[in-house]
Formats: sequence, C-alpha cells, structure tokens
Amino acid sequence: MRKFVGFGLAAVLAFSLTACGGGSSTDATTAAPAADNETAADNKDSEASAPAAEGGSFKLGVIGPLTGPAAAYGIAVQNGVDLAVKEINAAGGVNGATLEMNSQDDEHDPEKSVNAYNTLKDWNMQMLVGAVTSKPCIAVAAETANDNLFQITPSGSAVECAAPENVFRVCFADPAQGTASAQYIGDHKLGTKIAIIYDSSTEYSSGIREAFVAEAANHGLEIVADEAFTADTNTDFSVQLDKAKDAGAELVFLPIYYQEASVILKQASDKEFAPVFFGVDGMDGILSVKNFDTSLAEGVMLLTPFSATEEGSKAFTEAYVAAYGIEPNQFAADAYDAVYAIKAAAEKAGITPEMDASAICDAMKGAMTEISIDGLTGEGMTWDAAGETGKAPKAVKIVNGVYEMQ
Amino acid sequence: MSFLSYLINGISLGSIYAIIALGYTMVYGIARMLNFAHGDIIMVGGFAIFTIVSTLNLPPLLGILVAVVVCTVLGVTIERVAYRPLRGASSLAVLITAIGVSYLLQNVALLIFGSNARQFTSVVTLPNLKLADGALTISSVTIVTIISCIAIMIGLTSFINKTKVGQAMLAVSEDNGAATLMGIDVNRTIAITFAIGSALAAIAGALLCSTYPSLTPYTGSMPGIKAFVAAVFGGIGSIPGALIGGILLGVIENLSKAYISSQLSDAIVFSVLIIVLLVRPTGILGRKINEKV
Repeated sequence: MRKFVGFGLAAVLAFSLTACGGGSSTDATTAAPAADNETAADNKDSEASAPAAEGGSFKLGVIGPLTGPAAAYGIAVQNGVDLAVKEINAAGGVNGATLEMNSQDDEHDPEKSVNAYNTLKDWNMQMLVGAVTSKPCIAVAAETANDNLFQITPSGSAVECAAPENVFRVCFADPAQGTASAQYIGDHKLGTKIAIIYDSSTEYSSGIREAFVAEAANHGLEIVADEAFTADTNTDFSVQLDKAKDAGAELVFLPIYYQEASVILKQASDKEFAPVFFGVDGMDGILSVKNFDTSLAEGVMLLTPFSATEEGSKAFTEAYVAAYGIEPNQFAADAYDAVYAIKAAAEKAGITPEMDASAICDAMKGAMTEISIDGLTGEGMTWDAAGETGKAPKAVKIVNGVYEMQ
Repeated sequence: MSFLSYLINGISLGSIYAIIALGYTMVYGIARMLNFAHGDIIMVGGFAIFTIVSTLNLPPLLGILVAVVVCTVLGVTIERVAYRPLRGASSLAVLITAIGVSYLLQNVALLIFGSNARQFTSVVTLPNLKLADGALTISSVTIVTIISCIAIMIGLTSFINKTKVGQAMLAVSEDNGAATLMGIDVNRTIAITFAIGSALAAIAGALLCSTYPSLTPYTGSMPGIKAFVAAVFGGIGSIPGALIGGILLGVIENLSKAYISSQLSDAIVFSVLIIVLLVRPTGILGRKINEKV
C-alpha cells in the first residue's frame, strides 16, 4: 500500500513538473497547449478565478499582506480584486478575454514581497495589482521596473511607490493629500484662517504639511499658525493649541495619526477651543481609540477616498458583504478601482493575452494616461505619466459618531 | 494674556516633573542609586486608575487610592527583589538592573494592555476656571496639579524634618554606616523611601494622564527622563531642588515651544541643562560633598 502511495506521489510530482515546464515555455506559438495545462492546474487551485473561454485570459497577480498584523489591508485588496474580476468576467471580460487572479502573501515584509513577485512571475503573470503597503511596494516596484511589467498599486501611498514609470497608483500619494486637503478646504469654504499641527519627526506628516502649505495660498487660505511636535513630545499640545487659538484659527489641519489627534481633540475641548478639525487618512480610526469620548470628534472632517454608506458605493458594499461577510474598507475600494482601471486601459490599448508582459506594459503605460473612469474612490479618475491619479478629493464629517459623506 | 496661559501651563507641567523628580531625588539621596524604573511606575499607576475608573466604572478617588497602593507595593517589591541583593555591588550593576526593570515593566504592560493608546478619563471633574471675561481659560486639572505639588512638597518636608522615620532617612543619606551604628535599620529606611517615591509616582501618573490624556505602555518613559533631568537640574538629592528644577524645566519647555520653536523645545531644555551643569556641576541646590580619605 505504501508503495502505491509513493508511486502516486511521484506521478503527481512528475505531472506538476511538466505543468510548470509547459507554463514557463509559453509563447505565441505554443499558447494553446500551454493554456490547457494551466486550465488543468487551475481547476485544482481554488484561489484562481474561473479560467478563460476561447479568448484566453490575462494573468493578474496580487501581492499583499494576507497574514500578520497588516492582514486586514491585504485581504481587503484581495477581496476587492476578486470581486471586480468576477464582475468583469461575468460581463464578458476584457477584449474578449477573461481575467485570472493569483494572490500571494508578503506579510508586509519587503523581502517576502519580492519572493511573492518571483512566484507570480513563474506563474507568467502579465500585470500586477500591488503591493498593498508602502515598503513592500517600493521593493516590488524596483523589480517590475527591471522586468518592464505593468504594476498598479491600490494603496502604496509613499512617494517612491510609484517612482518607476511602469507603476501607477489609485490612492493619493502622501504629499498629494496635503494638496487635496487645501483644495477641498478652499472649495468648500471651511475657513480661511488655518492652523496646522503636524509631526515633524515623520516623513508622512511633514510631507503632507509641506504640500498643504505650498497649495494653501492658491485657494485663499491664510496659515496663521504652523506648529510642530515630535515623537517624543506627542502628548502635550497645549502650547500649539493656545497659539492656534490666539491666532484666531477657524480650521485646524491635522496631517497626523489618530492617536495624537485624539489627545489634541481632548485638550482643545478642555481649552474650549472649537474650530473645524480637518484630518487626512491617518485620522481614520479616531472613533476606535479605546475609552475615547466620541462626542469630542463630533464635527471632525477627514479626507478619505471611500465611504461604505455613500450612495455611489451601495451596490459594491452589498456585493462585497454578500461575498466576504465583512464591510469593505478603502483598501477594498482602491483595489476594485485598480482592476477597473486596468480594464479601461487594456481596452484602450487593445492588448491580448498572447502578448508578453513587456509588450503589455508598453501599451498600458500610454493607455493609462488617456483613460478616465468613475470609480468608488473618485469620479473622473485620470492618471498622469508619473503614475499619479487626478481625482476630486472627498471628505467625510463625523456626525453622531459615524462618518457622513460630504 | 497668552503669555500668562503659557506660563501657567508650564508651571503645571513643571509640577508634574517635580513630583516625579522627588522619587528620583529621594532614592538617590538615600540609596545612592538611579532608579530608572521610576518613570514606568507612573505608567503602572496610570493603568491602575484606568482599570478602576474606565473599565470598572468606579469613582476616580478610589482609582487613585488603588493606584497608590499598587505602586507602593510594586516599588517596595522591586527594591526587595531587584535592588537589595545588589546593595554592595558597583553602582553600574545597579543602574543596569534598574534599566532592566524599566523594560520589564513596559513589556509586561505591553503584553497585558497592548500597544494601542487609550484615552484617559480625567480624574478631575471640576469646571474650568475663566478669568478676564473668558480671555484666559485655565483647566481645572492644571490648578489641581499645581496645588497638589505644593501640598506634597510641604507634607514631605515636614515629614522628613518632624518625624522619627524622616530623621532616619536624613541620617542614612548623610552617612549610612554611622546611621547603622546609631541603631537605624538602613534596609527598612530604604524600603520606606521606595514606598513614598512610588506612592508619589502613582499621584504623578494620575495628574500626568489627566493633563495629557493618552495612555500607552510607554507613557512614563519620556516624563521619567525629563523628571530625572529636573532632579539633576535642581541638584540631585535635594527635595526643594526637585521642585525648583521641575518647575523651571516645565516653564522653559513651554515658553521655548511658544516663542522660539515647537520643534526645538527639547533641544533648548537640554542645552539649558548642560549650561547649568557647566556653571554649577552639582545643580542649583546641590551640595558639594567632600570625599574624606
């Protein structure tokens, strides 16, 4: 009996080796048999979505943290891509071909991210959605730039993530949030006298603040107080708040994380200082601080690309909850938009699954700058050649302890 | 008017530093060791109050009482387990042990409470004080902090000067060999010093977290270091020195934040410390002790 099992295992091993060999030698002439092998393999692989009909399929890789502390982000992206791929395939695919997804875990670790990328390359990935978090994304972007493979990151917000010309991103780059905030505050007339309290010891916060200051004057905003703190002095904001109050600030811009913001809100209320507080994505989470009196956050506004309760995202939210059992977050929305951007650009460029990754990348790079899509994270989303998105910023206001889209 | 506000906030911050600095300065004066775990005892006090007040919904005064008991027991236990066996060892060995205890407390808190910050509910529920038609608002915590600091200073000074135990503490700090010969139990006196210092740390924890309402396992470390600086500034081993050092440090920190740069405040505070130590190596009220050969 044991011998039989051994023989069986050897046979499986041999089969999988041939399958791999067939896969790696894929080119235009042997495309059909290779595709058959892949189909056979795919039927066993529950992670990959339905294989192609006659038009073949584009191989879409996804890299993100599916385990570990950042897993919530990676799983949301995986789900967002999965949902978009299923929808697109059900509606007839892209240029007559379907999309096929394969997601790999990077545990939010740059090295493992590159390993995941190599695994996907062995699978003959043609386009990449990812990586999800900034540091792994920077590592993977260097690899895709080398290989000239089309990459779109849903959520890598550090500037370097989209530095190579083959990388595009759905979210705003960190500093762009500063520009977008100034634009939003100016357009919605939230106040003209602005105070800023930022963390000078993180690149995230000081980058956003710099962009905000540069853009403020263009929207008629006057910065009356520009105050910093550092990681060592992030508990006492009384002086910064006093200065903002004395300068008559109508709005306090907080390009910082929610832990510090919660302390600022508490101290401001002790001082009976009640301007409009305006944050960026780092503010997301303010309502989850333990023992935080959420009434302090009443009226706080923050820039966020996505709200599950918004009218435009209702259909998405319902489908997402039905499929995965949890409420979608902005990462899921970013990923969903990324897949639809790929679809739009692929149709514009007229690419086919038979093309190799490098040719697809060349065609997609140009096409990305010509498309405009209405996504969950913004209407009329466009991209420039640097890979940055142009979309109208959206903000929510905290009303009765929940986000309300403005 | 804003100057007054910065000044009062500075005095309040300085009062907290002063209460913490007392713990450093008393232990140094009597046991000749730097108890670097002192800052983390503040954090333990903070979590004790948080658990009583916010998790169990009991009154804040009870929370402070429990925190004082918890911190006192903890301080005495640390002294008994970690420091007493090293009484004869080199001061470097004791210092390293103290740093070890500090990390131990932080990591145990991390294990129990996690790294997420929690918002501390202020133990002071009085209304804010408004002066000059609302142009100057002083929060009630600020006033309570300053008053508590003064009360603690007066209480401690009279305890040391008027009671037998206090006199024993003075004697041990002068010369512990001679104190032993006079029939003073040195180990017991040192244990009492730790108990008082830790109880004060619990009160400092309550005031610190009420003023700056963010509680994490690392809450105590930076104020601990600043208070140590305040103790050295005022003259380590001197109780009035701790008060003067603490308040000066708080005021300098707040005023430099307000008028020079909010980023450079720490750099300015530490530069002042260096200058003071260059001019007066023993600190403002420190005594020069002649080594007898």
